[in-house]
Amino acid sequence: MLREAANLIVENDDISEVFVTGVSDISRAEIMGEICHHLAPFQIGEKPINGATVITKDLAIDSLAVMDMVMEIEDRFDVSIPMNLVAEIYTVDELADTVLKLRARR
Amino acid sequence: MGLLDRYAGLVELYGEVRATGADPFQIRMERVLSPTEAIINGKKTLLVGTNNYFGLTFDQSCMDAAIEAIRAEGTGTTGSRIANGSYSEHVALEEEIAAFYGKKHCMVFTTGYQANLGIISNLVGAEDFLLIDADSHASIYDACKQTQAEVVRFKHNDPASLDARLRRLGDKPGNRLVVLEGIYSMLGDSAPLKEFVEVCRKHKAYVLIDEAHSLGALGDHGLGLCEKEGVLDDCHYIVGTFSKTLGAIGGYCVSNDPDFDVLRVTTRSYMFTASLPPSIVASVRQALKVVIAHPELRTHLWDNVGTLYEGLKAKGFVLGPEHGPVVGVHLPDKMMAIGFWRALLDAGVYVNVAIPPATPNGVSLLRCSVSAAHTREQLDFMIEVMTGIGRQMGVIPATPPVASQARVAGSKH
Repeated sequence: MLREAANLIVENDDISEVFVTGVSDISRAEIMGEICHHLAPFQIGEKPINGATVITKDLAIDSLAVMDMVMEIEDRFDVSIPMNLVAEIYTVDELADTVLKLRARR
Repeated sequence: MGLLDRYAGLVELYGEVRATGADPFQIRMERVLSPTEAIINGKKTLLVGTNNYFGLTFDQSCMDAAIEAIRAEGTGTTGSRIANGSYSEHVALEEEIAAFYGKKHCMVFTTGYQANLGIISNLVGAEDFLLIDADSHASIYDACKQTQAEVVRFKHNDPASLDARLRRLGDKPGNRLVVLEGIYSMLGDSAPLKEFVEVCRKHKAYVLIDEAHSLGALGDHGLGLCEKEGVLDDCHYIVGTFSKTLGAIGGYCVSNDPDFDVLRVTTRSYMFTASLPPSIVASVRQALKVVIAHPELRTHLWDNVGTLYEGLKAKGFVLGPEHGPVVGVHLPDKMMAIGFWRALLDAGVYVNVAIPPATPNGVSLLRCSVSAAHTREQLDFMIEVMTGIGRQMGVIPATPPVASQARVAGSKH
């Protein structure tokens, strides 16, 4: 019963995003997982990477590597994030939301 | 707080570089002797990093043309072509470059940087799409900042990556412009232009190619990669520079676009800067004649490329993916690259050092540029010196690798 409730909460999370961003066929958790996977090599010490991580400040990554990472994310989720949008993305959360939004707009 | 405090990180990085005892970014040529030699630190030094692909900076006919032009028309134009008018020679130069490519129109700029900056940012506007290769030159990236078009970056030399990005744009209105380079300036690799052109045709995208490093070097007549790959008609805009093969300074763009000339009154990097001085225009016009009349210079260049590339590869160096006038030598890290560069300079060989963030994929490189003017002896000396330093620093094995291992050195990065 408890497990089901947890599932329900997760599902509700996704549904709320669907309402906000339109219909996306992939979950935000999946996008977050992929982003964190690509950012892992740039982690500084033990400081965990999460939604609030400021990409160019909290990680050992230069601007060029950020753009390369974005290209990998683009191809994984089949969206294009224009460079001017990338410039406005600071946190992992913002990147995930951008992907989700673009994905829903396809 | 000082205005430059925000560069603290860079100052620290630069400090590390300078701590090695030499500053590769402020090298002083005490006296340039020829296209291949200069006095640096009081010592005669072999130049293998000056983009002087045909060695025309000291060509007698080009120097004579420049001197004559100064005597006839003075040292400078002191104004822009829009405000102060063109000299007949500016117009003649444009006609000659257009004829060289068989295109209808040509615009000449004061630098190659300004040509890319102005042309690219003015060809696309709001609601258009600009698609650029990930390894594009800084002038192309800077053009992206000056346009309201949406900019999308595709993987370096990867037509499938461009295809995916053009496909994702779907039926959105707006023009698509794809920007490519004939030869990339860091690793010396060429774009797979035929495949790219195919993708662009499929998605009805315009093609702009920057032939800065390939003018003179590629194609039966030296037009660049567009000629070599037989897709001159599919390259709607071709940009190039006078500062490498043609041995002076300046940039150009040629095109068959019937409305091309409107760019003369929209392109700020053309309108609001002084035009090229008579001496430069004269030497460039003569250099173009030399390029056309002396195809053997191209043969010399490629012979020299083969000598340097194969010579270094045989010793075990890891190089850029293919033969080209730019030979990039991979080194394990930044400090090793700077150390190697310094040792080379002490031994009398000047090359460029390229380190992150100025390089693709965070690689550290010694960037060598080959000239038709290099002699076999000079290149043999260079290989010998590099081999000595490479062995001392443990970058290459003490004995040359066998052929099968050497092949790895030529693989794509």
